[in-house]
Amino acid sequence: MLEQLLNSILKADFLFAVLRITAPILFATLGAVVAEKAGVVNIGLEGTMMITALFGFLIAYWTQSWILGVLGAVLVGALLGLMMGFFALKLKTDIILAGIAVNMLGAGGTIFLLNMFTGLRGNTGNLVSPNILIPTISIPLINKIPILGEILSGHAILTYLAFLFVWLMWVLLYKTPVGLNIRAVGENADAASSVGVSVLKVKYIAIALSGAMAGFGGAFMSMYYSQGWNSGMVAGRGFIALAAQAMGRGEPVGSMLSSLLFGMAQALRTKVSGLQGVSSYLVAMIPYLVTVIGLVLYSIGQTRKMRKHSIRPVL
Amino acid sequence: MEPSELVVQMKGITKIYPNGIAANRSVDFSVRAGEIHALIGENGAGKSTLMKILFGLELPTEGEILVNGEPATFASPLDAISKGIGMVHQHFMLVPSLTVAENIVLGMAPRKSGLFIDYKEAVRLTMENAEKYNLHVEPDARVADITTGMKQKVEILKALVRGARVLILDEPTAVLTTQETVGLFKELKALREQGFTIIFISHKLNEIKELTDRITIMRGGKSVGVFDTDSISEQEISRHMVGRDVILTVEKDEATPGEVVLQVDDLHYVNEWGKRALDGVTFSVRSGEIVGIAGVEGNGQRELVDILFGLRLPEKGDARVGGKSLIGQPQARIRNLGVSYVPEDRMTFGIAETGSIEENVISDRFHHRRFNRGPLFRMKELHKESDQLILDYAVLCKARSQEVGMLSGGNIQKVVVAREFSSDPILIIADQPTRGIDVGATELIRKRLVDLSRAGAAVLLVSADLNEVMELSDSLIVFYEGKIAGCFDDGLWDDVMMGEYMLGIKRQSDEEIGRASYA
Repeated sequence: MLEQLLNSILKADFLFAVLRITAPILFATLGAVVAEKAGVVNIGLEGTMMITALFGFLIAYWTQSWILGVLGAVLVGALLGLMMGFFALKLKTDIILAGIAVNMLGAGGTIFLLNMFTGLRGNTGNLVSPNILIPTISIPLINKIPILGEILSGHAILTYLAFLFVWLMWVLLYKTPVGLNIRAVGENADAASSVGVSVLKVKYIAIALSGAMAGFGGAFMSMYYSQGWNSGMVAGRGFIALAAQAMGRGEPVGSMLSSLLFGMAQALRTKVSGLQGVSSYLVAMIPYLVTVIGLVLYSIGQTRKMRKHSIRPVL
Repeated sequence: MEPSELVVQMKGITKIYPNGIAANRSVDFSVRAGEIHALIGENGAGKSTLMKILFGLELPTEGEILVNGEPATFASPLDAISKGIGMVHQHFMLVPSLTVAENIVLGMAPRKSGLFIDYKEAVRLTMENAEKYNLHVEPDARVADITTGMKQKVEILKALVRGARVLILDEPTAVLTTQETVGLFKELKALREQGFTIIFISHKLNEIKELTDRITIMRGGKSVGVFDTDSISEQEISRHMVGRDVILTVEKDEATPGEVVLQVDDLHYVNEWGKRALDGVTFSVRSGEIVGIAGVEGNGQRELVDILFGLRLPEKGDARVGGKSLIGQPQARIRNLGVSYVPEDRMTFGIAETGSIEENVISDRFHHRRFNRGPLFRMKELHKESDQLILDYAVLCKARSQEVGMLSGGNIQKVVVAREFSSDPILIIADQPTRGIDVGATELIRKRLVDLSRAGAAVLLVSADLNEVMELSDSLIVFYEGKIAGCFDDGLWDDVMMGEYMLGIKRQSDEEIGRASYA
């Protein structure tokens, strides 16, 4: 059985799947990264992905344009981020509660909205047509390379975009004044405001960006990954993104690596469930189990670091 | 003097906080261009409030501010910065993970191609100003990795780069080592030569004598006077600073000290800023006496109390109660030895704010057998106990179930002492027990402290309130720079004398200081 598993993993199509599965997690993780850098916890990524997945698909269906669908999803995501910001920063609700509200809206509200707009229940079924799905592209030259070409070429445009965004996020955070302000606000808001940086504005920018990232992730899910929208589609990816952000120490590149780990766990799950004699329910746990183990290892590392300080935690 | 010479004039500044505390009462304060002006006073004298007003962090209730002879209103620090006033806070306003250069240009980052930070320009700007003002920093180092002394230079540079002509330094040497202080003074003098004006907040007399041109002394929210540094002696400064306006008297019987309860031996501790906070402290507290620790805050008192209650670990030395060491012990064990603790920060360490009065007063004894039956509480017993304590300590409240955080400061403190004083302690550590509370609660707490000591408890009283330590204590220990500067057990002390020891003008011989210990 193990041999069978190894055979299926040590193939180009497995690594291709890893990249494909990682992409939506990576989008959401980058959303978690930018929010966290500004000192905002965006726990509403899951709900944001659900909602943007639906709107992305519907807009694409109405306009018959996948590009407008993606842009619509990103816009809706940014607006949801701003809404959370408005609740948390202006109305002073707890940001966690605002995030939970978005998640519940994502779980229940989307089914209602789908029904209202289309009369369908739970999934978009036969609305799917090829021209509203995100196209794949094969990269010239690279697609000629054996194995590597099979892994890297032929992905959806958004898959490449996800990995490009890792670099762009790094540039934004470390090479632009906006990024400098985001990092300063997240680490010492008093210091930032004492030199005239508007803490509020910076936090709004960060959470809107965070929502926009989740919007890309949502669009990817409904307009490529699942080829249509259904209510159980996001399946915890927004939460896994928070774990990936933490494990990646909040840095774009580190978070990409932990996203890949989770993507790999998910890909493994599909491979293992194909094997005979393995409980599919048990196998379904793999990505989440990896998340828990990853977070535990991360926390152990953090605690060790804290022990170096001479003052004992008393509270 | 020509008014144009005065860069900053503050006239009749009064600040009354919403809770009714008057931090400044018609204070006049002015600074000449190109001088280093000391602002000196005890904790709570109103120095910080006055400077917060000047830097736009607080709005004055009354009074006006003139900058270069023109009236100015500061609604925020940005207004103050635009008028050329910069402030270096005691707690640095820096972002640790950013580099020095990034911190300096934060909020005004130079750009290239419109979108990106011109980091090279930031470094150049930093270097240029570092060179110009002789404040050497490493532009590429992360602030988290640099020394406290360099962080301070970064803060000063930050203000200068933003065009500050007047620099407010809030106790800048409190966090520096001796060498760093020497360096800072050189830099400040060089800035004075370049025409900058510096307001230097401190309560270290030797530093003020060495560095400053003029001194404004504050006490009790008022300005006591302005002096030329050269024409006033340290003794006079000390007298103006710590003089008591009202003499408090507490009635108490003669102490009859018994056995040694707390023995502190040669404690050494280096605090989080690398400063030697305790440097060989040895003393005893005997049963039946109140030993007071006086001193300007920040001379090691905080660290001593934390060590005694197991909140910090000393580098060296021991503290024992009844022969058993307290060092690094869990708080429950320290309490089991009969130690009670009235913490300075009552909201964090004294009470659970959202808990009820009852829950707070029983929090050290709820596990006693008399309050439990199997897995359940004997609620009647708990109610009886808390009602009795509320009555005994005159806690003004609606019911025992009332949330503690809703009470007034004085009543919150009564809840703390009700718990701490009623557990038959053999040693009470009282850290600023009456700070910021009303007269009634203050009197009750002081009286109970005396009663408990006369009934045989050992009391260690740490207080920045000179009246309180001088009147309550049977013997007094003065802390200065982590050491005992003097100890007195004859009751013949006065504020002039205390001031001289507290501010480091005088120090007893080692032999005299040795009398603090009876071991």
